[in-house]
Amino acid sequence: MRNAFIKAVYEQAGKDNRVYMLNADIGVFVFDDFKRDFPKRYINLGVAEANMIGVAAGLVLSGKVPFVYTIAPFVTMRCLEQIRVDVCLQNLNVKIVGVGAGLAYGVLGPTHHAIEDIAIMRALPNITVISPGDPWEAYEATKASVRHEGPVYIRLAKSGEPSLVEHRHNAFQIGKGVTLREGKDATLIATGCMVKNALCVAQKLFCEGINLRVINMHTIKPIDHDIILESARDTGAIFTMEEHSVIGGLGSAVAEVLAEESTEKVQFLRIGFKDTFCEVVGSREYLLAKHGLDVPSVSKMVANSLRGSPVQ
Amino acid sequence: MVDLKKLAYRMRRQIIDMAVSAGGGHIAPALSAVEILISLYFRVLRINPEDPQWPERDRFILSKGHGCCALYAVLAERGFLHRDALKTFCQDGHAMGGHPEYGKIPGVETSTGSLGHGLSIAIGISLAAKNDGNTCRSFVLLGDGECNEGSVWEAAMSASQFQLDNLVAIVDYNKLLATGFIKDVMALEPFAMKWKSFGWEVREVNGHDINEVSRTLNEVPFAEKRPSVVIAHTVKGKGVSYMENNPVWHYRLPNKEELLQAYKELNEGLQSLT
Repeated sequence: MRNAFIKAVYEQAGKDNRVYMLNADIGVFVFDDFKRDFPKRYINLGVAEANMIGVAAGLVLSGKVPFVYTIAPFVTMRCLEQIRVDVCLQNLNVKIVGVGAGLAYGVLGPTHHAIEDIAIMRALPNITVISPGDPWEAYEATKASVRHEGPVYIRLAKSGEPSLVEHRHNAFQIGKGVTLREGKDATLIATGCMVKNALCVAQKLFCEGINLRVINMHTIKPIDHDIILESARDTGAIFTMEEHSVIGGLGSAVAEVLAEESTEKVQFLRIGFKDTFCEVVGSREYLLAKHGLDVPSVSKMVANSLRGSPVQ
Repeated sequence: MVDLKKLAYRMRRQIIDMAVSAGGGHIAPALSAVEILISLYFRVLRINPEDPQWPERDRFILSKGHGCCALYAVLAERGFLHRDALKTFCQDGHAMGGHPEYGKIPGVETSTGSLGHGLSIAIGISLAAKNDGNTCRSFVLLGDGECNEGSVWEAAMSASQFQLDNLVAIVDYNKLLATGFIKDVMALEPFAMKWKSFGWEVREVNGHDINEVSRTLNEVPFAEKRPSVVIAHTVKGKGVSYMENNPVWHYRLPNKEELLQAYKELNEGLQSLT
């Protein structure tokens, strides 16, 4: 996803001289093309995220469209108050991009994991929160964020994510969820890298006679109310799946819509990190399994829940 | 020609009246910045009140946003605002709050109120100006207490890295925080040396001497390819004897008796000029 983002920013910078790239000292070679072709518009602020956000706000006040980029927890939480005051309060056109969604930096440990960023960013007025599901979507989200007026947070995994060929026929549109697979027994709404896992869960359970609808919710804010309510009506059961805490993320956003707007009785379960940090080290795959977020665990959880058995 | 020394007395009276009629707002931190703002708005900044968005204008950012009564008063005196607008300060449903907000008040370049933000924003503006060949300059007024914030020093480091000689920081060094003297709470000294070691060219002035402040600010940049900082030695609560140098007045309003005393002192000061 990172390379797709960098490609998109490079192309946008070629078309639009307002586009700037601000970096807080990560990615040693990945910006070489950008630096070569747009040297004045590449600014490395060093290891100083708070200053980076303020500088970006100043650039917007002079008509620029800056992207600010570093590892997800640092570009959201380290400089949260700068994002709140300088960017969101003033509704400025800063595009915040965090690499390392969820456990993408697995073995580097909890300091480098981002499992609260969606909740925190989502609470800020004026900002749009996007969590792409694959490199193509990261590319499209980056392009769309330049066209969008106002603050945007894009949460990227790092590298090696599989492509989701299922959604290529859909034009990317901020705020519009995408149905990747039709089903009638329940709906699995997923975001980010969990979209691929959701498709695997649906395939696995299909073989067990459970027919799941799968929705890719790439935009967490504004959330797509229609697709949630329609799925609640059609399938009567909704599961959310995210590489993020169950507090405040996709699951909470969906729950808010269901609780306030759905007229149906809906079975509902949030699947994500249960209010915990990772307490041991490990690869992303290892840690996801440890926290019950791998395909076999989620499949079991969904199947048990639909059969009325205890989910754990 | 406006008599700037008289204006200083008038602005002090306006600042006190705004806060008292609003029942809130920071008086003493505004009083220390009066001559700095007068110097900027009447002698230094290239601005046009008729066209507050003029792209070539110098930018001024009040990073110590709690001193905003002084900013609102000088914007009114300079013609960005109608004087009647000052009566809306902190009134229900109006835009002029206890910290200045961007897009709501002509002449306010960015929202401030949380300390340690303004210098970074000015750096962004100065970088854009350099890239665009815009000759505008950015001036930022920091509080001394604000310089306890780490983000100020992140910004200070980057301004010299980027050789921003179109950036000017001014510190309202009134020596007081909200809870005591800065030397006792979180000392800044050797303050000039700190800025110098971060790559800035430093000048120190009496922040209540309009001529000295203006002359110094009109000499920027003090060095080619380096940002300039003016440490302005000031008195918190300047102009009202019982407020001066007393931390209690950081966010306190005078009672009726104290208010009359303040008016009396300011009137006497004004009379002494004529």
